[in-house]
Amino acid sequence: MGNGADIETLGRLALFADLTRPQVEAIAHTFEEEMFPEGQRVLRQGFSGSNLYVILDGEAAVVIDGTERTRLGRGEFFGEASTLLGTPPTADVVATMPLRCLVVPAAELERFLMAYPAVAIRMLKDEVQRLATTLQWL
Amino acid sequence: MALTFPPAEYPVVVVGSGPGGLQTSYCLSRLGIDHAVLSADEAPGGMFRSLPIFGRLLSWSKPDAPFEPGTREYEWYDHNSLLADDPAHRALVPAEMNRSFAVPSRAEMEAGLTAFAERAGVRVQYGCRWESTRRAEDGGLVLHTSTGEYRCRAAVFALGVTDPWKSDIPGIEDVPHYAETLEPRAYEGKRVIVIGKRNSGFEIADGLLPWARRVVLVSPRPVQTSVLALSSVRVRYMQPLEDAGLGGGTLALDAAIERVERTGEGGFRVHAHGTTRPGEIELEADAAIAATGFRTPLLDLGEVGVQTVAQGRIPALTPFWEAVGAPGVYVAGNATQGAAGLRRHGVGASSPAVHGFRYNARVLAEAIAERHFGVVPERSLLAPNEIAPFLARELAHGPDLWAQKAYLARVVTLEAGGGARDAGIQPLAHFVDASGPDALAVTIEMNAVGEIYPVAYVRRAGSVTERVLDPEPAHAYDMPRYEAELVGLLPS
Repeated sequence: MGNGADIETLGRLALFADLTRPQVEAIAHTFEEEMFPEGQRVLRQGFSGSNLYVILDGEAAVVIDGTERTRLGRGEFFGEASTLLGTPPTADVVATMPLRCLVVPAAELERFLMAYPAVAIRMLKDEVQRLATTLQWL
Repeated sequence: MALTFPPAEYPVVVVGSGPGGLQTSYCLSRLGIDHAVLSADEAPGGMFRSLPIFGRLLSWSKPDAPFEPGTREYEWYDHNSLLADDPAHRALVPAEMNRSFAVPSRAEMEAGLTAFAERAGVRVQYGCRWESTRRAEDGGLVLHTSTGEYRCRAAVFALGVTDPWKSDIPGIEDVPHYAETLEPRAYEGKRVIVIGKRNSGFEIADGLLPWARRVVLVSPRPVQTSVLALSSVRVRYMQPLEDAGLGGGTLALDAAIERVERTGEGGFRVHAHGTTRPGEIELEADAAIAATGFRTPLLDLGEVGVQTVAQGRIPALTPFWEAVGAPGVYVAGNATQGAAGLRRHGVGASSPAVHGFRYNARVLAEAIAERHFGVVPERSLLAPNEIAPFLARELAHGPDLWAQKAYLARVVTLEAGGGARDAGIQPLAHFVDASGPDALAVTIEMNAVGEIYPVAYVRRAGSVTERVLDPEPAHAYDMPRYEAELVGLLPS
């Protein structure tokens, strides 16, 4: 048991801030931690079967058709859109330094969000914020 | 007594004489790469010299199978033997089995590994304990051992995931680890708490079924068996889970343990919080066992830059199993699980088991030979009409692809004139991420509902696209319609 990340690290992330310690511990025991070297692709544009990644440490670039669009850091997540919609990601996500992530497999994401509505609300607010930012630029 | 490998400079040093170390050494030798193998043990076998506790493995070696022992196709039906080029050195574990079970006993496994080391001529400096590591001024590595100093350009650590590890629970220090489990009769008439609900926890529960008064398994994560191939508990140990499901003497609780206390009578009291169903839980037991897992004994490898995942237990690795942050430091064996691959549909590699990591070792040996010594194995050319049948046969019967689904792929590079060159087995993550010539890669994959199907990856002008093929119930991926699909992916 305990394949996942350090419980203290997880508990400090905004996404999991509303959870009790046993809940955070259950997440740490359920999902695996993965580390990617600098330059490694984590999410691949156009490839099916991706997962949700929550950044525990490090930084990643979001790249669409070879052009970098934004950077993601600790506590941010990616892969949720393609995972929830069941479609291939529309961007590459590439580690710009050693990147440590918690991995939530696609098949478990819906069950995970229903088990922890507080995480779903946090994620929804983040999506709305991203949408608002995008609309501002249109 | 003369040493097999006296302290000196070697092109490569391999540490470990379990299946990962033996397989890596064998494959390096076949490529002509001179190396030393060091082991703290006195004989081959690694973990299987002492574990699993109840003395039988998890995965099959079928002595009677659709293909003859000694053929490459048979490897898929024999998950425990090491790989060899000479048919006489293959399938050595089933040869040791008495056929009372389809999975070998620990002793049969150890005998099979010993036979491999002897017959295939894998030489090991036994009784040589690796103690520390440092980076040499020339960029190489220096391994300090109980026998002296060994220098090398590249080192392969095949250390297993064998150091008992306990999670950070107050009071757990008083709980014996899985590796310290007593003879079953010591638990007669006792109520036993097992902390952990993965294979080692269920192995203990299964072994104690005829003995303990009651076994309670506790950990935060529920056991999910809806897709057996993806379950964290193998079918061998399902009996206690069935008992728990029927409401029998075994309980499997989903709870995060807050603390463990000793009771006056030498027993334990466990305070926990339910996870699947919230609520306080207090349990009393006469004995407890921490089946909380193991870690790789990395010693001071952090000093040369090796980083870890899973709370420091497993080295973080690149797709070719080189340690992230420590060039020239490679990992073989069970710890190759530190490279998860593409994890398509959430499904990870089979690297924690012999049947997966034996193929990693062969690819690793080729990568070390090419990167550090410029040695590239001779690869065969395929005529235009041979390409699709070759790939279809690999999809149907290539044991590398079946064992390491979505991690390893068979690659052919396309030549001018319509032919192709077999580029061997490569990590899929490397194929899809590295630039290279026009090529085609095929592998077998599994999705989250347990379907098994072939996937082809086409690299054209530096860009890779995927083509997911339909599953076929009998897995006959050498049928004409799959060949036709592959032909359609080749340049016309």
